[in-house]
Amino acid sequence: MRVALKTDNDLHLNRRSFLRVSAAAAGGLLVSLYLDLPAAAQEGNQAPPPKVYPPDAFVHVRPDGKIVIQVNRLEFGQGVHTSLPMILADEMDADWSQVIAELAPAADVYKDPVFGFQVVGGSGSIAHSFQQYRELGARTRAMLVAAAADQWKVGPDQCRTEASVVHGPGGKSAKYAELAEDAAKQPVPARVQLKDPSQFRLVGKRVRRLDSRPKCDGSLKFGLDLDLPGMKTAVVAHPPVFGGRVKSLDDKAARSVEGVREVFEIPLVKGTGVAVVADKFWTAKQARDRLKIEWDLSAVEHADSGQLSAKYKELARTPGNVAVNRGDQNAMDAIAAANRMVVEYEFPYLAHVPMEPLNTTIRFDGDRAEAWAGSQFQTFDQMAIAEVLGLKAEQVTFHTEMAGGGFGRRAVADSHVQREAAMIAKRLRGTPVKLVWTREDDVQGGYYRPMHVHRVEIGIGQDGMPAAWRHVIVGQSIIMSTPFAAMLVKNGVDESAVEGTADTHYNIPNFHVSAHHPTVNVPVLWWRSVGHTHNAFVMETLIDELATRAKADPIVYRRKLLKADAGKLHRALDLMDEKSAPWRTKLPKGHALGISCHQSFGTGVACAVDVSVEDKRPKIHRVTIALDPGIAVNPLTIESQFQAGVAFGVTQLMAKGAITLKDGRVEQRNFDGFTPPYIIDAPVAVDVHIVPNSEAPSGCGEPPVPVISPAVVNALAKLTGKRYRSLPLTAV
Amino acid sequence: METYKLTVNGQPREVTVDPGTPLLWVLREELKMTGTKYGCGIAACGACTVHLGGVATRSCVVPVSLVGSRPVLTIEAMAEDPVGRAVQDAWVSHDVVQCGYCQSGQIMSAVALLKSTPKPTDVNIEESMGGNLCRCGTYVRIREAIKAASQQLK
Repeated sequence: MRVALKTDNDLHLNRRSFLRVSAAAAGGLLVSLYLDLPAAAQEGNQAPPPKVYPPDAFVHVRPDGKIVIQVNRLEFGQGVHTSLPMILADEMDADWSQVIAELAPAADVYKDPVFGFQVVGGSGSIAHSFQQYRELGARTRAMLVAAAADQWKVGPDQCRTEASVVHGPGGKSAKYAELAEDAAKQPVPARVQLKDPSQFRLVGKRVRRLDSRPKCDGSLKFGLDLDLPGMKTAVVAHPPVFGGRVKSLDDKAARSVEGVREVFEIPLVKGTGVAVVADKFWTAKQARDRLKIEWDLSAVEHADSGQLSAKYKELARTPGNVAVNRGDQNAMDAIAAANRMVVEYEFPYLAHVPMEPLNTTIRFDGDRAEAWAGSQFQTFDQMAIAEVLGLKAEQVTFHTEMAGGGFGRRAVADSHVQREAAMIAKRLRGTPVKLVWTREDDVQGGYYRPMHVHRVEIGIGQDGMPAAWRHVIVGQSIIMSTPFAAMLVKNGVDESAVEGTADTHYNIPNFHVSAHHPTVNVPVLWWRSVGHTHNAFVMETLIDELATRAKADPIVYRRKLLKADAGKLHRALDLMDEKSAPWRTKLPKGHALGISCHQSFGTGVACAVDVSVEDKRPKIHRVTIALDPGIAVNPLTIESQFQAGVAFGVTQLMAKGAITLKDGRVEQRNFDGFTPPYIIDAPVAVDVHIVPNSEAPSGCGEPPVPVISPAVVNALAKLTGKRYRSLPLTAV
Repeated sequence: METYKLTVNGQPREVTVDPGTPLLWVLREELKMTGTKYGCGIAACGACTVHLGGVATRSCVVPVSLVGSRPVLTIEAMAEDPVGRAVQDAWVSHDVVQCGYCQSGQIMSAVALLKSTPKPTDVNIEESMGGNLCRCGTYVRIREAIKAASQQLK
């Protein structure tokens, strides 16, 4: 174990946050935390306008002993529906068997304390809310203890707590549920003592998910399963080229389908489309298939993958906007040609294709609206719906629905799905309408991981280590058209396009990274681990190639090249080295070892893979992963995230793992054309090892993804003698 | 519109729909049984897997008019089925699910596998589960849970 938390565990209620407590309408104690309120409102000690349960509460100690904890995030597989309540319940000493987790609706109190809006992104759910949920738990506990101490006329320090019970001197005890109403009358403690990590009862333990059973018996309702009285279902015909517009519409055949209620043109974020509203989904889809639409595609660029590839490769030959310029720019010139290499990489557009197709349900009642969506971006989606409906955000009650995956696809700054749904709901005032994107809409609908070209020139020193490095990255900017541009675009460089290269932890003395961001008529979006998807692939395959060239062991070479202060990567590499040694050194004939390591979202990860070639495809027999995420809140969830996250990462290597465009039209329609990994494609066995570390937790949702594909092709290179610089892997 | 008599999870049900309506949408929208999921509509992802006449079947491509007298079993009936219950319990004890959206289909495929092959090998598992997509990528734990359920059912 490493050193304990550096803070004194003694925290003040600061200006940016304060608690409000109240007796719940249904009885018990409610604890809420307000964030980011104007300082003036707090200095005057004015309470914010009262809100009604549940939107303003984090913890509800119910009279029946159940403890309901609000999760300020979307749950879409990553496990925060379990791990955030664990953090709060631990500090509160709540009886875990009585804890119920709920996904919070959109509300100011549930905004990410670091980002300032409600979001799942940047692998920040635990990293940003660890302290927040600890404080909430500790304050709730302190008030329950104070209530007991008052009743017993003893000091709070004479009481201890365990499993939702306060124990006092002389064998006195009281259940939290019995104390809840008195606790609600206690003042909020200004200072609160957090546990020493050695006292954690839940944090750091392998705790099973709270949502497993309903996800195994079919009872859990996802957004798509929502059924409201009188609800209609809508689908939208989108233009075949992004931004196209309806020129003429013949909806006679569509309207003749029994059960169709409305067919009308709607504006889209770009271009226009045709909405079909029916009693049932199947009816709406049948009717949409019968629409005769003539599209005006004359005013929009017809993107074409082949042409983009040529254009990007040309651009990569010239320096772009500078992301990093370290050391001597001319160091390359002093290196003999025989010790230089120039390589080019190419990456396609990628679709997220979460298992649950995109959907949003809205009912517009004129002066207010209610919305239901599995959203990673509640704040923006709520605002977008309000804007379309001519309402204020607070007039839109926005429910966070359980979502079937997302991987970034449910975090769209332009809220295009919610805007479509709101356009339709506006027309059907008073009727709840569920907008469903079919799988075809999803695969063809844009918002892809951008296509990229990298061109890298490396000068190798006498010691076999990279002495000079010039790196040009070409690809559309994800960030420039979003509200985050001011924060994340610097000197014309989108940080999310160069992350993983520009901030490499390898010690390369003369290092020059630049980027071009061409504008293309294809909407792009963050795809789980964002820029690391392509940057880690480039860096980790090149470092491996340099190690091979230097006739060095790939682990030893990396260790030597990593900066001394890259502690998390060093520790992950060491642990992976140790854990993979038993199998790594005795691989069967026809198998090869692949290594990679990469840090993203604050978490250092190293992996070793055992790969052979079967049916001209990589067969991944085994993966050993080691990671350093700081405090591992739920090691079971982290193990699952990494085991499954590497399978997700294999998407990049699939033979049909590309979205391509021809004359502006997406060439794939469904899983037959864009094919993510099935069980046969995924690693057979994955063992996950966590470096013990008591630093504050870093993210675990995205960091599994970047390491797997470079490790696999590094192994393939040994088996086939080829270097793989163009994805997807169409041929091995 | 036609009227069809179906046997779903042992219960007689009657629906009046267009003959081309896939069984998936009859289950989800007419019978309000939403445990069976829509993922692709072209039998490529397995999220809609049900047992039709005892055979694991993609309900998104079976028109209701072709169901006939074959009994339909869905995820909602699995807790009452000895093999289904064992598989669900193994899924829970192995913490298999992440987002969970594909897991109804995964479990229906796993139950069909264990009913025909009580002691499946890795190859049997890859063949029977080969058409069930999980975007989260929970395949390693799916493998483990199937083996655990098989042990449990011995």
